[in-house]
This record gives sequence, structure tokens and C-alpha cells, in this order.
Amino acid sequence: MRTVTNVVMAGLGGQGIVKGSDVLAQAVFLAGYDVKKSEVHGMSQRGGSVRSDVRFGDRVLSPMVSAGTAHFLLVLELGQVEPHRRLLAVDGVLLTSADVGSAELRSHKSLNVALLARLSRQLDVEERFWHDALRAQLKPATLAANLELFSRIRNG
Amino acid sequence: MSGRAVSARQLLSGNEAVALSARCQGFALGTGYPGTPSSEILERFSALGGRAQWAPNEKVALEVGLGAAFAGARVLVTMKHVGLNVAADVLFTAAYTGVSGALVIVSADDPGMASSQNEQDNRRYAVAAGVPMLEPSDSQSCYDLLATAAEMSERWALPVLLRMTTRICHSKTIVRPERRLDAAPPPHFERDIGARVMVPANARPAHRRLCDKLASISEWAPSSGLTIEHGADRTLGIVASGVSVVHALEAAPQASILELRLTHPLPLEVIRRFSESVGRCQVVEEGDPYLVEQLRAAGIKVEDKPAMYRFGELDAERVGRIVARDTSPEPVPPRGKPPELCKGCPHRSVFEALAQRDLIVSGDIGCYTLAALPPLSAMDTCVCMGASITVGLGLRHVLPPHQARRVVSVIGDSTFVHSGLTGLAEMVYNRPSTGHVVVIVDNGTTAMTGMQEHPGTGRKLDHSPTAKLDLAAVARAMGVERVVEVNPTTDRERFERELDEMLDRELTGVLIARRPCLLAAAAIRRYEQALARCDAKGEPE
Repeated sequence: MRTVTNVVMAGLGGQGIVKGSDVLAQAVFLAGYDVKKSEVHGMSQRGGSVRSDVRFGDRVLSPMVSAGTAHFLLVLELGQVEPHRRLLAVDGVLLTSADVGSAELRSHKSLNVALLARLSRQLDVEERFWHDALRAQLKPATLAANLELFSRIRNG
Repeated sequence: MSGRAVSARQLLSGNEAVALSARCQGFALGTGYPGTPSSEILERFSALGGRAQWAPNEKVALEVGLGAAFAGARVLVTMKHVGLNVAADVLFTAAYTGVSGALVIVSADDPGMASSQNEQDNRRYAVAAGVPMLEPSDSQSCYDLLATAAEMSERWALPVLLRMTTRICHSKTIVRPERRLDAAPPPHFERDIGARVMVPANARPAHRRLCDKLASISEWAPSSGLTIEHGADRTLGIVASGVSVVHALEAAPQASILELRLTHPLPLEVIRRFSESVGRCQVVEEGDPYLVEQLRAAGIKVEDKPAMYRFGELDAERVGRIVARDTSPEPVPPRGKPPELCKGCPHRSVFEALAQRDLIVSGDIGCYTLAALPPLSAMDTCVCMGASITVGLGLRHVLPPHQARRVVSVIGDSTFVHSGLTGLAEMVYNRPSTGHVVVIVDNGTTAMTGMQEHPGTGRKLDHSPTAKLDLAAVARAMGVERVVEVNPTTDRERFERELDEMLDRELTGVLIARRPCLLAAAAIRRYEQALARCDAKGEPE
């Protein structure tokens, strides 16, 4: 059993990478793990590449995921797979928009939540912590749909 | 884990931790100018109920902060690294005058230049100005060190620099917000002309006083608890500060690591003993060889990082290479997609018009700097806040007339208020013989740093209404020969006509291209509607 789990979310500005990684970080935080989350803001809102690292476990030191150590790489824009592939560990898991059927999504804006739901199947974090994190991070208007989407994909 | 313990933990960015601590330590005022990666500190401080305000620029912010600290208040002043260049004039003499309350200045440096024009290392400012400096390594130490900074500032009556970096500001880590300082006494004024009026007769003893204070802090440093030793194996020792500490802990778990939280003045004797107790002593620091130079000057034997690691951010991987003295070429990460002006951004039509005319464009700092990238490639210079106007004037002064006539300066609304006003005075005062044209791209917000208000928006940091600086009236009052306001998107033809006329007639002109930022437009509408409702009811603000 590894002591620290490394997750990287990547995509383009405007896709909800920062929001998605906030949900992930908060869920594992609520589950009682030590957690560090790191990304670079600034130019990210202007459609450029965005990457956010979340590390959690017993004790996390550096906030950044080094090349070849990501246990999970979540990519929201297929064109961003190659620029980030070097981060993936040899036995790391790549999850992309292709892993979520477009029929499952009512809105492309929920892709971040859909991928987190896929990821959540492989993490030791109870569903209630994910729901609490979604409640804390999402706007009321989109919350119900995202909670439903999350549960459907997680338990699908 | 008990429910109680869970509720006491918070997951906060370094910026949020600083804001929370400022609130918990009773800071009376927070002021600054937005700049990545520092901007969220004051926004969060305000959201937590603190009194926070945006200043027109960092010099103004630090002066306002200094005045409040003369009155005995605890004050937080925030800025990005290059902001401290603007505020440096205040900083150097504030170190002489000292303060009566607490003055903590956050300098948020940007190694790797995620969103900056240079990667200057502001640890140099602490030495140059003679102010104490603290460096946090995660959000918990951001919270704790803000309190320490206030304590030190009050004890030695000095401004204190809290030097953060992009990774510290924006990484979220767990914080237990436990420290609480005793409340500061209520602000009041006590006359002390000798300490606060920096004429030479007063400044000479003030300089000596400053050096005495720094010597006193040096004596205190070993017992301050601001030097933390990790690990036990003495084969390899690492001296580090800031985010480099956690990278070193990750990359060299077997090493002994000396974490320095007070990096000016340095606890030299503690470091000397550490270096003598280990087989080899490696300094791990982002940016300039600041620690290495100081330690070597004190005769402490330490190893420098290879020169290639002076550039960009460090991470655990690079720290591993530093420790291994690995100077083989680093893998070049594939280029991501660069940012671009948003689809439908009002700046686009302005720069399309400039590009079509093949003008020489002296640009400035903001989203619109993205116009320098292909396919627009419509900007020829960008140096620092406000330089668009004045660099453009310099070009006009010496270029042959057929080229001088083609020079145009482009500056954003927030940048104009920050550093453009004096440039406009220069344009009127030292008028180029061919005139000059300044385009103010006024999108009604400080867009690049995340939609902050400024004096030209008529709203304060918390978006409540206040007096509005009328940019056109200012330009007219300064004596600019032609001042026009136009919407560059809905009335592009008129924008182009006015631009051509100002250029052809060789006027001094200010052409304000006004249309709200797409990302801010909905919020701006909301603020304006709320204000209109208030006005209709005749209620006081």
C-alpha cells in the first residue's frame, strides 16, 4: 500500500481543472488524509494549458507531482494527453474524456465531475466525503445535477 | 480522528492562510495592488471581514500602510515581486523611520515566471533595505509566520518582509489556525519628529539605529524557533528555505535538513554549527544564490547548486539532481497550449486595427500583452507597468519622422491608473514633434489578475460603490490635445477613424477604447444594477 497517492488533472483554461482538483483535495481532506494541492494560476483563464496536482496520504511533503510518479492522470482535453503523459507512473492510470460516454454528460461543463467520479471508484474515500466536497465547491444551481452525475458514474 | 480535530483543520492556500492569520491577529488594514501570485490575500482578508483596499499602485499602498503603522496599527501590505520595485522608494526609508505598530509586507515572488515579466529574487531587497525577512514553506507556516512577522515588527519597530513564492501562495495545504497574538493597543498618534522626519540630521542616527536593530535580531535569532532541523543522518546536510524545504524533504529523506524561516538577518552561527556537523553541506534555494553568498561571506563552507538550477522553479526532481550534482541536460517538457485573448475579447478589435496599420506598438502589462503572440503579433515592447507610454515617447523622440509617426502606446485601464499618469504628464511636457497617441484599452477591471476593482471602476475592493476616476477628464485636464472615448467592438469604424486622425494630424491624443471584459461583464452589470436600485430608493450607500 502506497503512503502517498499522486493525482494530476490537466486540460485547458475554462474546463474546471482548478475547481475539480479543489473538489478532490477537499474530499480526501474530509476523509482525514494529509493533502497538498498545487497549480499555477494567472494566465490559466485565457485558454492555455492548465495542470493541477493533488497529493494525499499519511504525510505529504512536496506539493508537486514529479515526472513518472502520477498514479492517476485525469485529462479533460484529449490534445493535452501527450504534454502530460511523462507525469504518469509506469503502472499509473490515465483517465480521459474518452472514458466518460458523452451520453452520460448533460453538460460538457460537468466533465471534471464525471472524471472525478471515475477516479473515485479507485480511491479509498467514502462517497459522503465526495458529496460534501461537491456541496462546498459547486454553485447551488449546478449542484443537484452534479451530485446525481457523480453518484451515477461512481456506482455505474 | 475525532470530529473536533477534523473541524479544526482547514485546507488553505498560502494566500488564504496569510489572510486568515491577519484576521486572527487583529490586523486593522490590508492594502496592496493586485498581482499574481499575491492577489487573493486581500480578497480573502476582505471576505473574512477585514478592512481591505486596493491602492492605485504598490508605492501608494506601502505609504498608506506606513501611515497606519505610524499610528500603531497592525497593517498588511501585499504585492507581487515587481510591485516591490514600485514600492522600494518607501521601503528603504521606512526601514529608517521604523513603525509604531506592525507593518508586514508580503512580497510574492514568481520563480519560473508563471505570470510575470522577470524572476527577480526579492530576498535581495531585505538586505538592501535592511528589513527582517521571513519565508514560509507551506500554508501552516504562512499562518504562523504572519503572526511572527507582526510580533517582530512591533518588538523592533521595523517593517518586516514576508517573502512568498508562487508555489507557497497557490498550493493548498492543511492549516491548524491556533496562534493568536494579544490585541494591539488602539491606534493613536504620538509626535516623534526625530524618528519620522527623514531630513539628513535625523536620518544619520536613524541609519545607525537600523543597524543596531538588525544586530539585536541576529542575537535573538538562535533562540527564535525560526530555524528547524529535520533528520538525523549526518552524511548529507541541506540548508533550505521556503518551498525548497519540502522539496528537499521529499528528494533526500535520509539527509539532515536545516529549515531557515528567518532569512534576514541569517542565524549564521546556527548554520555554521550545522555545516560543521555534517559530511557535506548543500544549499538548496530557488533563484539567486542568496543564501550561498551570505554563508560563504561568513566563512561557512557550503556547496552551491549548479548554475543551471538558478533558472525556473525547483521541484523534488530537480532538488534530487542538485544533491546528486547532476548537470546532465534536463528533459524538456512538451510545450502546452499557450494562453490567448478570449474569443470576443474587446482587446482583439483594437489590436487587429493596430496590426493592419503595421504600427510600432509600445505595449504594457495585462491580458492584452497576449496580443504580442501570433497570429496578432501586434506588440513590439513590454517592460513594466506604465512603460508603454514613456517607452513610446522615447521612440518618438529619436526615430526618423516616417517611423516616429507610427508609434502608438497601448495601456490597460488599471495599469494606466497604476503608472500611466506620470507618463501622460511627460507626453504633454516633453511633447514629441510628431505628437503621440496613447490607446487606453479600458475593459473596466483588472482582468489579468482576476477581475479586481481599481480607481477607474468606481468600486472598491469589495465591489461597493465609491468615487470614480474619469480617465478622459484626467487626460483633458493634463492638456492632451485630443481625447476620445469609443467602443472598439460595436463602433470599430469610429475607433479606426479617430486613431488615423490623431496619427495623421500629429496630435497628442488619448483614445479610450472602452468595452467591459467579457469575463467581468456579468458581474459589472450586477454591481451597476444594485447601485441603480439603491439610487432609486434614495438610500444612502
